[in-house]
Amino acid sequence: MMTNHGNRVTQGQFSFLPDLTDEQITAQIKYALNNGWAVNVEYTDDPHPRNTYWEMFGMPMFDLKDPAGILMEVNNCRKTFPNHYIRVTAFNSSRGVESPTMSFIVNRPKNEPGFGLTRQEVDGRSIRYTVHSYATDKAEGERY
Amino acid sequence: MSNTTNSEASAAEDARVDLEAEFKTSNIQEVLDKLDNELIGLKPVKTRIREVAALLLVDRLRKKFELSSETPTLHMCFTGNPGTGKTTVAMRMGEILKRLGYVREGHLVTVTRDDLVGQYIGHTAPKTKEVIKKAMGGVLFIDEAYYLYKPENERDYGQESIEILLQVMENNRDDLVVILAGYKDKMDRFFQSNPGMRSRIAHHIDFPDYSAEELLQIAKLMLAQQNYRFSAEGEKAFAEYLKLRMKLSHFSNARSVRNALDRARLRQANRLFADTKKKLSKSDLITLEADDVLASRVFSEGRTDAEDTED
Repeated sequence: MMTNHGNRVTQGQFSFLPDLTDEQITAQIKYALNNGWAVNVEYTDDPHPRNTYWEMFGMPMFDLKDPAGILMEVNNCRKTFPNHYIRVTAFNSSRGVESPTMSFIVNRPKNEPGFGLTRQEVDGRSIRYTVHSYATDKAEGERY
Repeated sequence: MSNTTNSEASAAEDARVDLEAEFKTSNIQEVLDKLDNELIGLKPVKTRIREVAALLLVDRLRKKFELSSETPTLHMCFTGNPGTGKTTVAMRMGEILKRLGYVREGHLVTVTRDDLVGQYIGHTAPKTKEVIKKAMGGVLFIDEAYYLYKPENERDYGQESIEILLQVMENNRDDLVVILAGYKDKMDRFFQSNPGMRSRIAHHIDFPDYSAEELLQIAKLMLAQQNYRFSAEGEKAFAEYLKLRMKLSHFSNARSVRNALDRARLRQANRLFADTKKKLSKSDLITLEADDVLASRVFSEGRTDAEDTED
């Protein structure tokens, strides 16, 4: 299950820890840059665990040397979407990997209502389970 | 000295800090020496760099006493004629500032108007921001910065780029150092129409033209880097060449010297090639003779060899 008590969404790295400080975020980004990964800032207001493709905030940032530029984008994104989930991902483009290698949440809504479990009875006594986020009952942009 | 049991971070009032030791650990002398050896002349530039180095070093010591002071602004403007070493010094600047702990990475990002200004509405801001992000932690070098502002076209997007730069220069002082470069008169005009830019740049450094002796030294240094050298007559001929060349139009200091040397190497190769019977020694291959220099049209016709190609 992708929820825990307190309804904090746990996706990606460090999500069971308290929120990262800007300093800690900088250190993580520095690690990604040292490995030559391209760093993105992404946001969403649909916290469902199967929602893997979040909206990108600006272009992916290639060829950066210093985390300050990315932290600036993170803060811009926080200002634009203060009540959305925001994550930082690092993309490793080396041949054979070519996929995100880091992903961690840097911003979350103040109030996370969590998920409900929907049971659907089918074929006699069989039951199908669905995870449903309470937030998605409302329209996009009005959820948090 | 009292028994100072204070934490390391804040030294006591009467504690002594060792400026000498701090100076040594920063390795700054090495960088300054390198600057002295590899850059000929440029007296005012070196003095200013020394001053900046001293300021940053003292600033670091002050921090030990918890004497807070605002981070000094180190945005600079390099003005001077073509070929006076503006770009070369900017490259060094990154390294120097890194040694002094002022910037974190010390890399140099060189851009011109094309890299900052977009082609349509809404294109400029992301473009400029991308460049700024790349330069963070290092030095952003804007060559021929006066092209950013085109007064004859009021709808030019350059102004937008300047505004973003100004904002970053003010707010992200810890993250990057901006160096503008350009010819003196054009930069003056640029600053007149952008007073905000002028006031945010603390260091205006003027690069003087080189004297004939300095240019000769530069030529010898350039040759040494490429494993060439002048013969005694060759050197005399080149000094003569410089004297004549400096009077001609489109003289661009060290750049003209480099071009002249490239052409001398060409003639040397040609000379060696014409005389195929002779077995060549190593010294033949590395020596530029007087003939290689004297064949220049500067001597025979009083004009440059490549009037149409050289700037």
